[in-house]
Amino acid sequence: MILSSKWTKLAVFLLCLVPFLLLAVNSLTENLGINPVETLQHSTGDWTLRFLILTLCITPFRKLLRLAELIRFRRMFGLYVFFYLCLHFLTYLGPDQSFSLTGMWLDVAKRPFITVGFAAFVLLIPLAFTSTAWWIRRLGRKRWAQLHRLVYIAAILGVVHYDWSVKSEKTKPLTYGATFLILLLWRLFDSLKRRPRPASVFAPQA
Amino acid sequence: MLIRKESELTYADVTPRSVYINRRQLLYGVAAAGAAAALSNRIHRIVLLQNTVFAASSFPNLVKSPFSTTEKPSSFSDVSHYNNFYEFGTDKSDPARNAQKLKTSPWLVSVEGEVKKPRKFSLDEIIKLAPLEERIYRHRCVERWSIVVPWIGYSLSTLIKQFELTPKARYVAFQSYFDPGQMPEAKYGGIDFPYVEGLRIDEAMNPLTLLCFGMYGDVLPPQDGAPVRMVIPWKYGYKSIKSIVKIRFQETEPPTTWNRYAPNEYGFYSNVNPNVDHPRWSQARERRLGDILTKPTVIFNGYGDQVASLYSGMDLKKFH
Repeated sequence: MILSSKWTKLAVFLLCLVPFLLLAVNSLTENLGINPVETLQHSTGDWTLRFLILTLCITPFRKLLRLAELIRFRRMFGLYVFFYLCLHFLTYLGPDQSFSLTGMWLDVAKRPFITVGFAAFVLLIPLAFTSTAWWIRRLGRKRWAQLHRLVYIAAILGVVHYDWSVKSEKTKPLTYGATFLILLLWRLFDSLKRRPRPASVFAPQA
Repeated sequence: MLIRKESELTYADVTPRSVYINRRQLLYGVAAAGAAAALSNRIHRIVLLQNTVFAASSFPNLVKSPFSTTEKPSSFSDVSHYNNFYEFGTDKSDPARNAQKLKTSPWLVSVEGEVKKPRKFSLDEIIKLAPLEERIYRHRCVERWSIVVPWIGYSLSTLIKQFELTPKARYVAFQSYFDPGQMPEAKYGGIDFPYVEGLRIDEAMNPLTLLCFGMYGDVLPPQDGAPVRMVIPWKYGYKSIKSIVKIRFQETEPPTTWNRYAPNEYGFYSNVNPNVDHPRWSQARERRLGDILTKPTVIFNGYGDQVASLYSGMDLKKFH
Protein backbone atom coordinates (compact mmCIF):
# COMPACT_ATOMS: atom_id res chain seq x y z
CA MET A 1 0.00 0.00 0.00
CA ILE A 2 1.28 3.43 -0.91
CA LEU A 3 0.57 4.81 2.56
CA SER A 4 2.79 2.22 4.29
CA SER A 5 5.82 2.88 2.13
CA LYS A 6 8.77 4.64 3.73
CA TRP A 7 9.20 6.57 0.48
CA THR A 8 5.76 8.08 0.96
CA LYS A 9 6.73 9.24 4.42
CA LEU A 10 9.93 10.77 3.05
CA ALA A 11 8.04 12.46 0.23
CA VAL A 12 5.48 13.95 2.62
CA PHE A 13 8.29 15.06 4.94
CA LEU A 14 9.98 16.92 2.09
CA LEU A 15 6.71 18.41 0.87
CA CYS A 16 6.12 19.88 4.32
CA LEU A 17 9.45 21.67 4.03
CA VAL A 18 8.48 23.41 0.79
CA PRO A 19 6.80 26.47 2.40
CA PHE A 20 9.93 27.01 4.50
CA LEU A 21 12.21 26.63 1.46
CA LEU A 22 10.09 29.08 -0.54
CA LEU A 23 10.30 31.61 2.27
CA ALA A 24 14.06 31.10 2.50
CA VAL A 25 14.52 31.57 -1.25
CA ASN A 26 12.27 34.64 -1.30
CA SER A 27 14.17 36.10 1.66
CA LEU A 28 17.50 35.70 -0.10
CA THR A 29 16.19 37.09 -3.40
CA GLU A 30 14.48 40.00 -1.56
CA ASN A 31 11.15 38.83 -2.93
CA LEU A 32 9.09 39.25 0.23
CA GLY A 33 7.22 42.38 -0.84
CA ILE A 34 7.23 45.86 0.60
CA ASN A 35 7.03 44.84 4.26
CA PRO A 36 9.19 41.68 4.38
CA VAL A 37 8.91 41.20 8.15
CA GLU A 38 5.13 41.32 7.91
CA THR A 39 5.17 38.81 5.03
CA LEU A 40 7.35 36.44 7.06
CA GLN A 41 5.23 36.80 10.19
CA HIS A 42 1.96 36.22 8.32
CA SER A 43 3.30 33.35 6.24
CA THR A 44 4.82 31.39 9.13
CA GLY A 45 1.66 32.01 11.16
CA ASP A 46 -0.55 30.77 8.33
CA TRP A 47 1.51 27.57 7.92
CA THR A 48 1.43 26.92 11.68
CA LEU A 49 -2.36 26.98 11.56
CA ARG A 50 -2.53 24.93 8.36
CA PHE A 51 -0.34 22.17 9.76
CA LEU A 52 -2.45 22.24 12.90
CA ILE A 53 -5.51 21.60 10.75
CA LEU A 54 -3.69 18.75 8.97
CA THR A 55 -2.69 17.22 12.30
CA LEU A 56 -6.23 17.38 13.61
CA CYS A 57 -7.57 15.85 10.37
CA ILE A 58 -5.66 12.58 10.82
CA THR A 59 -7.97 10.95 13.39
CA PRO A 60 -11.28 11.79 11.64
CA PHE A 61 -9.88 10.71 8.25
CA ARG A 62 -8.55 7.46 9.72
CA LYS A 63 -12.02 6.62 10.97
CA LEU A 64 -14.11 7.95 8.10
CA LEU A 65 -11.91 6.53 5.32
CA ARG A 66 -10.79 3.47 7.32
CA LEU A 67 -7.15 4.32 6.64
CA ALA A 68 -5.39 3.36 9.87
CA GLU A 69 -2.03 3.92 8.19
CA LEU A 70 -2.56 7.69 8.29
CA ILE A 71 -1.39 7.67 11.91
CA ARG A 72 2.19 7.54 10.62
CA PHE A 73 1.88 11.16 9.58
CA ARG A 74 0.35 12.66 12.69
CA ARG A 75 3.52 13.17 14.70
CA MET A 76 5.28 14.53 11.61
CA PHE A 77 2.54 17.10 10.99
CA GLY A 78 2.46 17.95 14.71
CA LEU A 79 6.18 18.59 14.80
CA TYR A 80 5.89 20.69 11.65
CA VAL A 81 3.28 22.79 13.51
CA PHE A 82 5.95 23.37 16.14
CA PHE A 83 8.62 24.03 13.49
CA TYR A 84 6.62 26.76 11.75
CA LEU A 85 5.55 28.13 15.13
CA CYS A 86 9.19 28.48 16.18
CA LEU A 87 9.92 30.29 12.90
CA HIS A 88 6.89 32.54 13.52
CA PHE A 89 8.14 33.27 17.03
CA LEU A 90 11.63 34.09 15.74
CA THR A 91 10.24 36.52 13.13
CA TYR A 92 8.71 38.34 16.10
CA LEU A 93 11.53 38.04 18.65
CA GLY A 94 14.13 39.20 16.13
CA PRO A 95 12.68 42.08 14.12
CA ASP A 96 10.16 43.32 16.73
CA GLN A 97 12.22 42.83 19.88
CA SER A 98 15.81 42.71 18.60
CA PHE A 99 16.06 39.35 20.39
CA SER A 100 15.49 41.01 23.78
CA LEU A 101 13.66 38.66 26.15
CA THR A 102 12.88 41.57 28.51
CA GLY A 103 11.11 43.37 25.69
CA MET A 104 9.26 40.19 24.89
CA TRP A 105 8.00 39.72 28.46
CA LEU A 106 6.79 43.33 28.56
CA ASP A 107 4.90 42.71 25.33
CA VAL A 108 3.38 39.47 26.61
CA ALA A 109 2.14 41.40 29.64
CA LYS A 110 0.86 44.44 27.71
CA ARG A 111 -0.38 43.35 24.28
CA PRO A 112 -3.37 40.99 24.53
CA PHE A 113 -2.86 39.43 21.11
CA ILE A 114 0.75 38.63 22.00
CA THR A 115 -0.31 37.19 25.39
CA VAL A 116 -2.65 34.78 23.66
CA GLY A 117 -0.11 33.81 20.98
CA PHE A 118 2.60 33.26 23.55
CA ALA A 119 0.24 31.08 25.61
CA ALA A 120 -0.40 28.90 22.55
CA PHE A 121 3.36 28.60 22.01
CA VAL A 122 3.96 27.61 25.64
CA LEU A 123 1.23 24.96 25.50
CA LEU A 124 2.80 23.30 22.47
CA ILE A 125 6.32 23.03 23.95
CA PRO A 126 5.59 20.01 26.20
CA LEU A 127 3.72 18.41 23.31
CA ALA A 128 6.73 18.69 21.00
CA PHE A 129 8.99 17.51 23.80
CA THR A 130 6.91 14.38 24.54
CA SER A 131 6.22 13.46 20.93
CA THR A 132 8.47 10.36 20.94
CA ALA A 133 7.48 6.73 21.56
CA TRP A 134 9.71 6.73 24.64
CA TRP A 135 7.50 9.37 26.23
CA ILE A 136 4.31 7.52 25.32
CA ARG A 137 5.71 4.52 27.19
CA ARG A 138 6.93 6.64 30.12
CA LEU A 139 3.66 8.53 30.59
CA GLY A 140 1.43 5.64 29.66
CA ARG A 141 -1.06 5.91 26.83
CA LYS A 142 -3.82 7.45 28.89
CA ARG A 143 -1.79 10.26 30.48
CA TRP A 144 0.04 10.97 27.23
CA ALA A 145 -3.32 11.33 25.44
CA GLN A 146 -4.59 13.63 28.18
CA LEU A 147 -1.49 15.86 27.89
CA HIS A 148 -1.79 16.02 24.12
CA ARG A 149 -5.36 17.23 24.30
CA LEU A 150 -3.76 20.60 25.05
CA VAL A 151 -3.47 20.90 21.28
CA TYR A 152 -7.17 21.82 21.13
CA ILE A 153 -6.64 24.79 23.45
CA ALA A 154 -3.53 25.81 21.52
CA ALA A 155 -5.55 25.76 18.28
CA ILE A 156 -8.24 28.03 19.73
CA LEU A 157 -5.63 30.40 21.18
CA GLY A 158 -3.91 30.49 17.78
CA VAL A 159 -7.10 31.56 16.03
CA VAL A 160 -7.85 34.21 18.67
CA HIS A 161 -4.26 35.49 18.31
CA TYR A 162 -4.78 35.88 14.55
CA ASP A 163 -8.21 37.47 14.98
CA TRP A 164 -6.92 40.00 17.51
CA SER A 165 -4.04 41.02 15.24
CA VAL A 166 -6.24 42.30 12.39
CA LYS A 167 -8.20 45.57 12.28
CA SER A 168 -11.40 44.59 10.47
CA GLU A 169 -10.50 41.99 7.82
CA LYS A 170 -11.78 39.03 9.83
CA THR A 171 -12.51 36.59 6.98
CA LYS A 172 -9.30 34.55 7.27
CA PRO A 173 -9.26 34.18 11.08
CA LEU A 174 -12.95 33.29 11.04
CA THR A 175 -12.38 30.66 8.35
CA TYR A 176 -9.61 29.06 10.43
CA GLY A 177 -11.93 29.24 13.45
CA ALA A 178 -14.76 27.53 11.60
CA THR A 179 -12.42 24.78 10.38
CA PHE A 180 -11.13 24.06 13.89
CA LEU A 181 -14.69 24.14 15.20
CA ILE A 182 -15.72 21.45 12.72
CA LEU A 183 -12.69 19.29 13.62
CA LEU A 184 -13.37 19.68 17.35
CA LEU A 185 -17.10 19.05 16.99
CA TRP A 186 -16.40 15.82 15.06
CA ARG A 187 -14.32 14.64 18.02
CA LEU A 188 -17.07 15.59 20.44
CA PHE A 189 -19.71 13.64 18.54
CA ASP A 190 -17.34 10.74 18.03
CA SER A 191 -16.59 10.46 21.76
CA LEU A 192 -20.31 10.74 22.58
CA LYS A 193 -21.04 7.87 20.18
CA ARG A 194 -18.39 5.69 21.80
CA ARG A 195 -19.44 6.23 25.40
CA PRO A 196 -20.78 3.15 27.20
CA ARG A 197 -24.54 2.75 26.73
CA PRO A 198 -26.83 2.15 29.70
CA ALA A 199 -28.04 -1.48 29.91
CA SER A 200 -31.15 -2.24 27.87
CA VAL A 201 -34.42 -2.26 29.89
CA PHE A 202 -35.17 -5.70 28.43
CA ALA A 203 -32.01 -7.32 29.83
CA PRO A 204 -32.75 -9.97 32.47
CA GLN A 205 -32.72 -8.57 35.97
CA ALA A 206 -29.41 -9.23 37.73
CA MET B 1 -18.63 6.87 -20.08
CA LEU B 2 -15.27 8.58 -20.51
CA ILE B 3 -13.67 5.94 -22.66
CA ARG B 4 -15.66 5.16 -25.74
CA LYS B 5 -15.84 1.63 -27.03
CA GLU B 6 -13.61 0.85 -30.02
CA SER B 7 -16.55 0.43 -32.41
CA GLU B 8 -17.82 3.98 -31.69
CA LEU B 9 -14.68 5.72 -33.06
CA THR B 10 -14.73 6.91 -36.68
CA TYR B 11 -12.21 8.57 -38.99
CA ALA B 12 -13.63 11.94 -37.94
CA ASP B 13 -12.22 11.30 -34.45
CA VAL B 14 -8.65 10.87 -35.71
CA THR B 15 -6.35 13.76 -34.77
CA PRO B 16 -5.18 15.55 -37.93
CA ARG B 17 -1.58 14.59 -38.71
CA SER B 18 -0.33 18.19 -38.67
CA VAL B 19 -1.73 18.76 -35.20
CA TYR B 20 -0.31 15.46 -33.96
CA ILE B 21 3.18 16.16 -35.39
CA ASN B 22 3.15 19.68 -33.95
CA ARG B 23 1.49 18.84 -30.66
CA ARG B 24 4.50 19.96 -28.62
CA GLN B 25 4.59 23.36 -30.35
CA LEU B 26 0.86 23.63 -29.74
CA LEU B 27 1.32 22.98 -26.05
CA TYR B 28 4.23 25.41 -25.79
CA GLY B 29 2.12 27.98 -27.63
CA VAL B 30 -0.77 27.58 -25.22
CA ALA B 31 1.60 27.80 -22.26
CA ALA B 32 3.29 30.89 -23.71
CA ALA B 33 -0.06 32.53 -24.41
CA GLY B 34 -1.14 31.83 -20.86
CA ALA B 35 2.09 33.20 -19.44
CA ALA B 36 1.88 36.24 -21.69
CA ALA B 37 -1.68 36.88 -20.57
CA ALA B 38 -0.63 36.61 -16.94
CA LEU B 39 2.45 38.76 -17.40
CA SER B 40 0.90 41.34 -19.68
CA ASN B 41 -1.36 42.50 -16.92
CA ARG B 42 1.65 43.05 -14.67
CA ILE B 43 3.68 44.69 -17.45
CA HIS B 44 0.73 46.90 -18.29
CA ARG B 45 0.51 48.06 -14.70
CA ILE B 46 4.22 48.72 -14.45
CA VAL B 47 4.12 50.68 -17.72
CA LEU B 48 1.07 52.60 -16.51
CA LEU B 49 2.77 53.57 -13.27
CA GLN B 50 6.02 54.38 -15.05
CA ASN B 51 4.05 56.72 -17.27
CA THR B 52 2.63 58.33 -14.19
CA VAL B 53 6.09 58.85 -12.78
CA PHE B 54 7.93 59.95 -15.90
CA ALA B 55 5.24 62.12 -17.45
CA ALA B 56 6.26 65.76 -17.59
CA SER B 57 5.67 66.95 -14.06
CA SER B 58 2.11 68.13 -13.57
CA PHE B 59 3.34 70.48 -10.88
CA PRO B 60 6.21 72.72 -11.95
CA ASN B 61 7.58 75.37 -9.57
CA LEU B 62 6.73 73.61 -6.31
CA VAL B 63 7.44 75.76 -3.27
CA LYS B 64 9.69 74.06 -0.74
CA SER B 65 8.10 74.02 2.72
CA PRO B 66 9.79 74.65 6.08
CA PHE B 67 7.55 71.90 7.46
CA SER B 68 9.36 69.23 5.41
CA THR B 69 11.42 66.70 7.28
CA THR B 70 15.02 66.00 6.30
CA GLU B 71 14.41 62.26 6.68
CA LYS B 72 14.79 60.19 3.53
CA PRO B 73 11.50 59.71 1.64
CA SER B 74 10.23 56.18 1.09
CA SER B 75 10.31 54.94 -2.49
CA PHE B 76 7.44 55.88 -4.81
CA SER B 77 7.05 52.19 -5.59
CA ASP B 78 6.50 51.33 -1.91
CA VAL B 79 4.08 54.20 -1.27
CA SER B 80 2.03 53.33 -4.37
CA HIS B 81 1.93 49.57 -3.76
CA TYR B 82 1.41 49.29 0.00
CA ASN B 83 -1.95 50.88 0.69
CA ASN B 84 -4.95 50.74 3.00
CA PHE B 85 -7.89 51.77 0.82
CA TYR B 86 -10.56 49.27 1.77
CA GLU B 87 -12.94 50.44 -0.97
CA PHE B 88 -10.61 48.48 -3.27
CA GLY B 89 -9.82 45.46 -1.08
CA THR B 90 -8.12 44.85 2.26
CA ASP B 91 -4.77 43.37 1.20
CA LYS B 92 -2.00 45.91 0.98
CA SER B 93 -1.49 45.12 -2.71
CA ASP B 94 -5.22 45.31 -3.59
CA PRO B 95 -5.61 49.08 -4.09
CA ALA B 96 -2.74 49.28 -6.62
CA ARG B 97 -4.41 46.47 -8.56
CA ASN B 98 -8.05 47.50 -8.22
CA ALA B 99 -8.10 51.29 -7.92
CA GLN B 100 -7.02 51.99 -11.49
CA LYS B 101 -10.71 51.99 -12.47
CA LEU B 102 -11.43 54.94 -10.15
CA LYS B 103 -12.82 57.76 -12.30
CA THR B 104 -11.13 60.93 -11.08
CA SER B 105 -12.42 63.28 -13.76
CA PRO B 106 -14.75 65.12 -13.63
CA TRP B 107 -14.45 65.72 -9.88
CA LEU B 108 -16.39 68.01 -7.59
CA VAL B 109 -15.56 68.96 -4.02
CA SER B 110 -18.54 70.42 -2.17
CA VAL B 111 -17.85 72.87 0.67
CA GLU B 112 -21.01 73.20 2.74
CA GLY B 113 -22.55 73.42 6.20
CA GLU B 114 -21.88 76.32 8.58
CA VAL B 115 -20.57 78.68 5.86
CA LYS B 116 -22.20 81.84 4.45
CA LYS B 117 -21.69 80.88 0.81
CA PRO B 118 -21.38 77.13 0.26
CA ARG B 119 -20.08 76.12 -3.18
CA LYS B 120 -18.74 73.28 -5.25
CA PHE B 121 -15.24 73.30 -6.73
CA SER B 122 -13.98 71.48 -9.76
CA LEU B 123 -10.50 70.04 -9.31
CA ASP B 124 -8.95 72.80 -11.44
CA GLU B 125 -10.66 75.48 -9.36
CA ILE B 126 -9.60 74.06 -6.00
CA ILE B 127 -6.00 73.43 -7.04
CA LYS B 128 -5.55 77.02 -8.24
CA LEU B 129 -6.45 78.61 -4.87
CA ALA B 130 -2.83 78.76 -3.69
CA PRO B 131 0.74 78.04 -4.82
CA LEU B 132 1.47 74.36 -4.43
CA GLU B 133 4.11 73.28 -1.94
CA GLU B 134 6.13 70.14 -1.55
CA ARG B 135 5.71 68.85 2.02
CA ILE B 136 7.86 65.87 3.02
CA TYR B 137 5.91 64.40 5.95
CA ARG B 138 6.27 61.36 8.15
CA HIS B 139 3.17 59.16 7.88
CA ARG B 140 2.36 56.71 10.69
CA CYS B 141 -0.25 53.96 10.36
CA VAL B 142 -2.11 52.65 13.39
CA GLU B 143 -0.86 49.20 12.33
CA ARG B 144 2.65 50.25 13.44
CA TRP B 145 4.34 50.83 10.08
CA SER B 146 5.46 54.22 8.81
CA ILE B 147 6.71 55.95 5.68
CA VAL B 148 8.02 59.36 4.62
CA VAL B 149 6.18 60.90 1.66
CA PRO B 150 6.81 64.07 -0.40
CA TRP B 151 3.21 65.26 -0.68
CA ILE B 152 2.05 68.18 -2.85
CA GLY B 153 -0.61 70.65 -1.80
CA TYR B 154 -1.34 73.66 0.40
CA SER B 155 -2.58 74.17 3.94
CA LEU B 156 -6.28 73.44 4.38
CA SER B 157 -6.48 76.77 6.25
CA THR B 158 -5.98 78.51 2.88
CA LEU B 159 -9.16 76.91 1.57
CA ILE B 160 -11.05 77.61 4.80
CA LYS B 161 -10.09 81.30 4.72
CA GLN B 162 -11.88 81.61 1.37
CA PHE B 163 -15.13 81.19 3.30
CA GLU B 164 -16.98 83.14 5.94
CA LEU B 165 -17.82 80.64 8.65
CA THR B 166 -20.77 80.98 11.02
CA PRO B 167 -20.06 80.90 14.78
CA LYS B 168 -21.39 77.31 14.81
CA ALA B 169 -18.48 76.00 12.72
CA ARG B 170 -16.56 74.15 15.44
CA TYR B 171 -15.69 71.03 13.48
CA VAL B 172 -14.90 70.05 9.89
CA ALA B 173 -16.33 66.81 8.50
CA PHE B 174 -14.93 65.08 5.40
CA GLN B 175 -16.43 62.47 3.13
CA SER B 176 -14.82 60.22 0.52
CA TYR B 177 -16.18 59.30 -2.87
CA PHE B 178 -18.02 55.97 -2.83
CA ASP B 179 -19.44 54.07 -5.81
CA PRO B 180 -20.25 50.36 -5.34
CA GLY B 181 -19.95 49.93 -9.11
CA GLN B 182 -16.30 51.00 -9.14
CA MET B 183 -15.67 49.49 -5.70
CA PRO B 184 -17.05 45.92 -5.63
CA GLU B 185 -14.33 44.91 -3.16
CA ALA B 186 -15.68 47.34 -0.56
CA LYS B 187 -18.21 44.91 0.86
CA TYR B 188 -15.37 42.73 2.25
CA GLY B 189 -13.78 45.62 4.15
CA GLY B 190 -15.71 45.21 7.38
CA ILE B 191 -16.27 49.00 7.67
CA ASP B 192 -19.11 51.23 6.46
CA PHE B 193 -18.88 53.39 3.33
CA PRO B 194 -18.72 56.19 2.27
CA TYR B 195 -15.61 56.74 4.40
CA VAL B 196 -15.96 59.72 6.73
CA GLU B 197 -13.51 61.64 8.91
CA GLY B 198 -13.33 64.87 10.85
CA LEU B 199 -11.18 67.43 12.61
CA ARG B 200 -11.71 70.08 15.24
CA ILE B 201 -11.67 73.52 13.60
CA ASP B 202 -8.34 74.49 15.21
CA GLU B 203 -6.77 71.24 14.01
CA ALA B 204 -8.10 71.99 10.51
CA MET B 205 -6.66 75.52 10.66
CA ASN B 206 -3.21 74.33 11.77
CA PRO B 207 -0.70 75.03 8.98
CA LEU B 208 0.49 71.40 8.99
CA THR B 209 -2.95 70.13 7.91
CA LEU B 210 -2.49 69.61 4.20
CA LEU B 211 -5.03 69.60 1.37
CA CYS B 212 -3.12 67.30 -0.94
CA PHE B 213 -3.23 66.90 -4.73
CA GLY B 214 -0.07 64.98 -5.52
CA MET B 215 3.06 63.16 -4.45
CA TYR B 216 6.59 62.65 -5.81
CA GLY B 217 6.22 65.57 -8.19
CA ASP B 218 3.07 64.34 -9.89
CA VAL B 219 -0.64 63.67 -9.36
CA LEU B 220 -1.80 61.15 -6.78
CA PRO B 221 -2.08 57.60 -8.11
CA PRO B 222 -5.65 56.31 -7.64
CA GLN B 223 -4.57 53.91 -4.88
CA ASP B 224 -3.16 56.84 -2.85
CA GLY B 225 -6.45 58.75 -2.80
CA ALA B 226 -6.64 60.57 -6.14
CA PRO B 227 -7.42 63.29 -7.01
CA VAL B 228 -7.53 65.12 -3.66
CA ARG B 229 -7.01 63.95 -0.10
CA MET B 230 -6.05 65.17 3.35
CA VAL B 231 -2.73 64.59 5.06
CA ILE B 232 -2.62 65.16 8.83
CA PRO B 233 0.88 64.02 9.79
CA TRP B 234 0.55 64.02 13.59
CA LYS B 235 -2.36 61.61 13.56
CA TYR B 236 -2.68 57.96 12.57
CA GLY B 237 -2.94 57.48 8.81
CA TYR B 238 -6.64 56.59 8.71
CA LYS B 239 -7.45 60.23 9.59
CA SER B 240 -5.86 61.30 6.29
CA ILE B 241 -8.99 60.71 4.27
CA LYS B 242 -8.67 59.97 0.55
CA SER B 243 -10.61 60.98 -2.59
CA ILE B 244 -12.55 63.78 -0.90
CA VAL B 245 -15.92 64.90 -2.29
CA LYS B 246 -17.37 66.77 0.68
CA ILE B 247 -16.02 69.22 3.26
CA ARG B 248 -18.70 70.23 5.75
CA PHE B 249 -18.42 72.69 8.64
CA GLN B 250 -20.61 71.80 11.60
CA GLU B 251 -21.26 72.35 15.28
CA THR B 252 -21.01 68.80 16.60
CA GLU B 253 -18.12 66.32 16.54
CA PRO B 254 -18.42 64.45 13.21
CA PRO B 255 -18.66 60.65 13.06
CA THR B 256 -15.49 58.94 11.79
CA THR B 257 -15.51 55.55 10.06
CA TRP B 258 -13.02 53.69 12.28
CA ASN B 259 -14.54 55.12 15.44
CA ARG B 260 -17.92 53.81 14.33
CA TYR B 261 -16.38 50.38 13.73
CA ALA B 262 -14.65 50.12 17.14
CA PRO B 263 -15.04 53.17 19.45
CA ASN B 264 -12.71 51.84 22.14
CA GLU B 265 -9.94 51.20 19.58
CA TYR B 266 -10.10 54.28 17.29
CA GLY B 267 -10.90 57.61 18.87
CA PHE B 268 -11.83 60.92 17.23
CA TYR B 269 -8.43 62.49 17.84
CA SER B 270 -6.17 59.52 16.99
CA ASN B 271 -3.01 61.46 17.77
CA VAL B 272 0.15 59.41 17.38
CA ASN B 273 1.08 58.66 21.00
CA PRO B 274 3.46 55.95 22.27
CA ASN B 275 1.90 56.26 25.72
CA VAL B 276 -1.62 55.39 24.58
CA ASP B 277 -1.83 51.79 23.40
CA HIS B 278 -4.35 50.31 21.06
CA PRO B 279 -6.41 47.89 23.22
CA ARG B 280 -4.93 44.89 21.40
CA TRP B 281 -1.40 46.07 20.57
CA SER B 282 1.20 48.56 21.78
CA GLN B 283 1.92 51.87 20.01
CA ALA B 284 5.33 52.38 21.59
CA ARG B 285 7.28 51.29 18.52
CA GLU B 286 6.90 51.33 14.75
CA ARG B 287 8.57 49.86 11.68
CA ARG B 288 9.68 52.28 8.94
CA LEU B 289 9.11 50.42 5.67
CA GLY B 290 12.50 49.28 4.43
CA ASP B 291 13.84 48.68 7.95
CA ILE B 292 13.95 45.28 9.62
CA LEU B 293 14.02 46.47 13.22
CA THR B 294 11.45 48.68 14.87
CA LYS B 295 12.14 52.11 16.34
CA PRO B 296 10.48 54.10 19.12
CA THR B 297 7.38 56.08 18.17
CA VAL B 298 7.53 59.81 18.96
CA ILE B 299 4.48 61.59 20.37
CA PHE B 300 2.50 63.50 17.69
CA ASN B 301 4.72 61.69 15.17
CA GLY B 302 7.45 64.22 15.96
CA TYR B 303 5.27 67.25 15.16
CA GLY B 304 4.73 68.21 18.82
CA ASP B 305 6.31 71.64 18.36
CA GLN B 306 3.56 72.63 15.95
CA VAL B 307 0.56 70.86 17.45
CA ALA B 308 1.05 69.97 21.14
CA SER B 309 -0.55 73.28 22.20
CA LEU B 310 -3.83 72.21 20.58
CA TYR B 311 -4.20 69.59 23.31
CA SER B 312 -2.82 71.30 26.40
CA GLY B 313 -4.87 70.31 29.40
CA MET B 314 -6.54 67.41 27.53
CA ASP B 315 -6.37 63.88 28.90
CA LEU B 316 -4.88 62.18 25.84
CA LYS B 317 -5.78 58.70 27.11
CA LYS B 318 -9.43 59.67 27.45
CA PHE B 319 -9.52 61.65 24.20
CA HIS B 320 -7.53 59.18 22.14
